[in-house]
Amino acid sequence: MAGYGSNIISIRGLKNQFGTQVVHERLDLDVHRGEVLGIVGGSGTGKSVLLRTIVGLNRQRAGSIEVFGTDLTKLSDDERREYETRWGVLFQDGALFSSLTVAQNIQVPLKEHLNLSPALMDEIAALKLGLVGLPPDAGPKYPSELSGGMRKRAGLARALALDPEIVFLDEPTAGLDPIGAAAFDNLILSLKKSLGLTVFMVTHDLDSLQAICDRIAVLSDKRVIVVGTMEEMLRFNHPWVREYFHGPRARAALDAKT
Amino acid sequence: MAGTDEMSTAALSVSQDGQALVLKAHGDWVVRTLSAVDQQLRELSIPRGVRAEFDLSDIDRADTTGAWLIERTRLALHDAGSVTLTGAPSGLDQLLDQVSNAYADTDTLPPRGLSILNSIEGLGRGLVGAFNEGLHLLSFTGRTIHSMVRWIYMPQRIRITPIIYHMEQVGLNAIPIIALISFLIGAVIAFLGSDMLREFGAQVYTVALVSFAFLREFGVLLTAIMLAGRSGSAFTAQIGSMKGREEIDAMSALGLDYVELLVVPRVIAMIICLPMLTFLADIMGLVGGGVVLFIFEGISPVQYFIRLENVTEIQHFNVGIIKSVFFAAAIAIIGCYQGLKVEGSAESVGQRTTLSVVEAIFTVIVLDALFAIYFIQIDY
Repeated sequence: MAGYGSNIISIRGLKNQFGTQVVHERLDLDVHRGEVLGIVGGSGTGKSVLLRTIVGLNRQRAGSIEVFGTDLTKLSDDERREYETRWGVLFQDGALFSSLTVAQNIQVPLKEHLNLSPALMDEIAALKLGLVGLPPDAGPKYPSELSGGMRKRAGLARALALDPEIVFLDEPTAGLDPIGAAAFDNLILSLKKSLGLTVFMVTHDLDSLQAICDRIAVLSDKRVIVVGTMEEMLRFNHPWVREYFHGPRARAALDAKT
Repeated sequence: MAGTDEMSTAALSVSQDGQALVLKAHGDWVVRTLSAVDQQLRELSIPRGVRAEFDLSDIDRADTTGAWLIERTRLALHDAGSVTLTGAPSGLDQLLDQVSNAYADTDTLPPRGLSILNSIEGLGRGLVGAFNEGLHLLSFTGRTIHSMVRWIYMPQRIRITPIIYHMEQVGLNAIPIIALISFLIGAVIAFLGSDMLREFGAQVYTVALVSFAFLREFGVLLTAIMLAGRSGSAFTAQIGSMKGREEIDAMSALGLDYVELLVVPRVIAMIICLPMLTFLADIMGLVGGGVVLFIFEGISPVQYFIRLENVTEIQHFNVGIIKSVFFAAAIAIIGCYQGLKVEGSAESVGQRTTLSVVEAIFTVIVLDALFAIYFIQIDY
């Protein structure tokens, strides 16, 4: 494990701009290996844009992003693909391929990048379904036959297909009921522990932040204004951060845990 | 490659230590490296009553797939005899637990039936489905007619604006394409007809052929098929995407009748426009035939016109126009019906749109055949 220290993702001086609208400016952020980092920020502060930029779906205007110690924008397409198999992304509504069954969805990256026997691929699909807490009969179903929560789990199973080192989660608990959201939090936590995952999570869910995030990064004024633990957030003096972490909903979420 | 972690290959050595079978795992047991080891493990012959030892101490790294292979092998050895896992590095223990828990739930995959039975079952389901679809379509037609009849009693409820809007979409905007294809088909019929009839020295009957064929069949069929593809599909897509965004449900929740708001204006617009476009198609088809006959047979426009007047009876024209009204209703109702059957995804909108066009054209042609028999029987 060489080439990069404890920072699995390292962003320096990032700038993103759409038309005349500057979304990020001089944004710095480090993600440590093996941590769960929660990204919070008001609507329109570019949380999802940041995620999309890191995984290469959006090209930044300026600045550098190093993942696994390598600036991916400087690589050729083939080299890039090598790195892309080392992370998984869970999009907001799962983004499962609607023409494939759930099991086939999970097997897509396996088929594309590896040369495995069909029997082993079926076993892996069944295994991942079990890991994310889906019943085995979900495998042959199509995404349209699943509920929103099940689609998210199936999307996570696909993101985990290649046993990635980093998973990016875009609002994983949005649209889930509180029980489902808590179960999802636990799932991420247990996967992180047993697989040694690094988790980069965009979220609005204060319960998730409190329950599973090792550190929290706050996006505001086009950059990351503070990164730290929940305790540090509570002490940090910035109007938006104060309102976010001391609002009535935050209080309820924090009280529930203490 | 710089920055990429070195990855050693996975390997498995099998040896016999007295009575015991000793398996030893080496290297990185991760999904990228395990293809060969998977094969080796599948082909491993396990005697009954085996005492096995599975040594994991030389594993550098394992992921869920590696853990699964270890777990699968352990289960197989355990079923045949006994097995002990030794030397599992810290972390792998936890992973093995998690994998065995995850897979414990999955051995009840749904049974697959015999394929021939499946296809017979599929045939049966398809037939019942088609029958039910027919019934639903019939009941939807009834509902639409009911809403339309209600407008006769409550004319203040008639919504003029959407009807005019759809008439523009369905009728006015279709004029160029309908005119063009009718002209061309009329020309083709005249061309082929005169070529054929020349062999009997009867080119002069080409006029009768063109007028008979166009007024009775081609004018209305061409227009109907064109509108089924152009407007029936548009109805399905419009209503289908509204259904997908729960707009139809919102209408019902607000106490609005979506049949009256969405379906009836489209059906009425279609019923008004299709006969008018059929009239246009008739004219353009006759013009196309006349142009060909003038150029290739030397029949002057005046002669053509006189000939046309002599051979054509008004009932040919009437047959076409009467049919067009029924075709219009069928196309519009099927288009709207399929739109309302959309469920959720954009994919469903696409499927339903295809289905709407196929069903509408099929229905038009079946109706046309029935009308042909009917009009011959009553000698019209």
